[in-house]
Amino acid sequence: MADDRNDEPYASDVDKAVRMFGADRTRLMDIVQEAHRRLGCLDEAAILSIAECLGVHAVEIKDMVSFYAFLNREPKGRFHIRFSGTPVALMKGAAEVVKAFAEVTGAEVGNTSADGEFTLDWAADLGMADQEPSALINGGVVTELTPADAGPIIDALRRNRDKGNSLPLFPGADADGAELPQARVATNLVRSGPILFRGGECAAALATVLRLSPEEVIKEVTRSKLRGRGGAGFPTGLKWRLCRQSVAEKHYVVCNADEGEPGTFKDRVLLTLAPHLVFDGMTIAAHALGATQGVIYLRGEYAYLHDPLSQALKELRDVGRLGENICGVRGFNFDIRIQLGAGAYICGEESALIESLEGKRGSPRDRPPFPTDRGYLGQPTAVDNVETFACVARIMEHGAAFFASFGTTESTGVKLLSVSGDCPRPGVYELPFGVTVNELLDMVGAPEAKFVQVGGPSGQCIGPKDYGRRIAYEDLSTGGSIMVFGQNRDVVETALQFTRFFVEGSCGWCTPCRVGTTILKQTLEKILHGRGTLSDIAFMEGFAGTVMRSSRCGLGQTAPNPILSTMRNFPEAYEALLKSDEFLPRFSLSETLRAAVEVQGRESLAAEE
Amino acid sequence: MRQEEVIFTVDGVIVKAKTGQTILSACDSAGVYIPRLCHHPDLKPAGHCRLCVCNIDGRRASACTMPAASGMVVISDNDELNDDRRAVLEMLFVEGNHFCPTCERSGDCELQALAYRLGITSPSLPYQWQRRELDATHPDVFIDRNTCVLCSRCIRASRDVDGKSVFGFHGRGIGMQLNVDSNAGLSETTLSAIDKAAEVCPVGCIVIKRTGYRTPVGKRPFDETPIGADIEARRTGATD
Repeated sequence: MADDRNDEPYASDVDKAVRMFGADRTRLMDIVQEAHRRLGCLDEAAILSIAECLGVHAVEIKDMVSFYAFLNREPKGRFHIRFSGTPVALMKGAAEVVKAFAEVTGAEVGNTSADGEFTLDWAADLGMADQEPSALINGGVVTELTPADAGPIIDALRRNRDKGNSLPLFPGADADGAELPQARVATNLVRSGPILFRGGECAAALATVLRLSPEEVIKEVTRSKLRGRGGAGFPTGLKWRLCRQSVAEKHYVVCNADEGEPGTFKDRVLLTLAPHLVFDGMTIAAHALGATQGVIYLRGEYAYLHDPLSQALKELRDVGRLGENICGVRGFNFDIRIQLGAGAYICGEESALIESLEGKRGSPRDRPPFPTDRGYLGQPTAVDNVETFACVARIMEHGAAFFASFGTTESTGVKLLSVSGDCPRPGVYELPFGVTVNELLDMVGAPEAKFVQVGGPSGQCIGPKDYGRRIAYEDLSTGGSIMVFGQNRDVVETALQFTRFFVEGSCGWCTPCRVGTTILKQTLEKILHGRGTLSDIAFMEGFAGTVMRSSRCGLGQTAPNPILSTMRNFPEAYEALLKSDEFLPRFSLSETLRAAVEVQGRESLAAEE
Repeated sequence: MRQEEVIFTVDGVIVKAKTGQTILSACDSAGVYIPRLCHHPDLKPAGHCRLCVCNIDGRRASACTMPAASGMVVISDNDELNDDRRAVLEMLFVEGNHFCPTCERSGDCELQALAYRLGITSPSLPYQWQRRELDATHPDVFIDRNTCVLCSRCIRASRDVDGKSVFGFHGRGIGMQLNVDSNAGLSETTLSAIDKAAEVCPVGCIVIKRTGYRTPVGKRPFDETPIGADIEARRTGATD
């Protein structure tokens, strides 16, 4: 591989990457990704070089780089293939697919093939739950994989030679250039509704809206009772009012397009079908807050959307809907840049997202101060979900009363639901709040579901007795993820997979989440290995409470949910696994001593169990 | 009430604070001790350890980061909060590799002292047995990551007080570790034994060489008085 590297001095690539972003320390996310794209990885020399060019300590660059899953510290294969390892991917046969890729490439998962061409890894959710098994190849996405696809895909990749750069790229031009089987993301908008996907992909009324006073805009959004669509449900109008009230040099509008909750992909569909609507919503926010700059934080898994979104932004600039004197409103200037993430679930948390935007590891901040007071670069910032901005555009187009005529009193409007799992019609559904789980299951063709995970791993796992409940902030709250599990699925095994997801996703900043998630995982493993007793159930209930109450941010505060909600709703699944002993140790003494017994040739006296 | 003063209560005790002062810092001045590990009075708060988490107006929040506000009702000392503190302390004990009997810091270790104060005799959580690196390269300072509690005191002190950024984190989640500003080890960094970063470690992770056992075990600060006793001694009753 090394001999393929172009002859330019190593440092010059880094230097170019640093200069491309004005040697601005706060643009470190862009700088390291550009260096990664040029060099293939961020090894010691690259890190030292970046630190030198920026005039900061190498330990600070490593602090940041080592945080993100997509930033490799050592050379990988020319093609880095990351397979989605979510419960939905696994139920659709991801394990068999990975096995086939391992056979065809000769690389084991976690390793690189002998010829240096392919590295295989598991990844967290890729936002493709409706078309699993899926994988990222460098920056490109392949979906609905079968074991039979491994051969043709690997053949196509072997044939592909990007002359400009033979190293793995992020995001990857190499993989984009190849004509790959399955290299197509299906949009999967199954049901469009009365508000978001009603036709018309931008806010027709933008010019009129921008002539209203900022206060009038905020009033209208408040009247609509719109609440944040990312899952937390904070009233958008109130957030904007608080942000506007913060006196500061600048205000920022940030769009959270880091939907990382496993099973969510509705923002992918919005950004594919209606990016203009989302950007118009941001422009309306900018007008309301007095902002001139906006950022959309796009999760690294959606790198393939980077170019279409850049194109959409260009189109808006061309027609005067972004840039200077927008829609002819003199002095109203606003523009949006795209910030690509690099594989960190926690960056979907708004303050972690802001840290990442500022070029740091994505650990959440302490609040107060809230982002509306001191957010991006210390200035008041409104961070809102992709769908929230789209809702804003529609509210200003059709009026708060129209919007609020859908949904429930506390949850107005519609919600985009991403449905995946054991159902014949997975995809995105635009439905008014208040729809019951039963109604939804009928629509997706899975009325017999054994259990449903509402709101992703951090949400609730419910069984048929709760299918009459409603999807709404006041009942079953969800940022959009609905995962359906059929009769032959194991509820405890699924809880373990979700718990593992939180172990991987924990940022490590605070003790209860960093250590507590691992201990919860180990206790669940103990139960699944047939060594659990009632004492373990009692321990998990108590210990999960500590993790929820003591953790610093929403990740740790909700990480025990998969365990707690399955224990509450499916006690029989746990009971079936428990031993009647009062207590069993985590390990079996006789099994642990087996190697020693074989060496000694006699049984150990201690090993009677 | 003067403009710059706020008044709140902690476990029923009335505490006065300056505007912008954190609950923990105001309580320290008033002689009310809230358990803490990552917090250091000379450094910016970071909210890592979660031991100082209190019930503040009905919500959990870390006292080291929360600014005091007038009328706040803070509960710090009740069974649920102390149970959670014990569980969090246990997590720290099993995450690292802590062998108190042979540790140079025994008796002067804040982690150990907190365990004694809160009544932990041995952890009940499973040990994680993580492999942690030592660094003995520096002529005057020794690092034993086995006892690191990831409190970031050294990171903050080096960056914000010493202006050196000798320390940083590496990785994330359960695999997160303390890193130094050179692959060759601490000796290749600009750390000096008189730096703030070298004196703030609450446990036996960053140790000054050739000072070990000058004070015999049994005669060390927390052998004499429990952790927090110095703060509680400030409470004269005048604040009630």
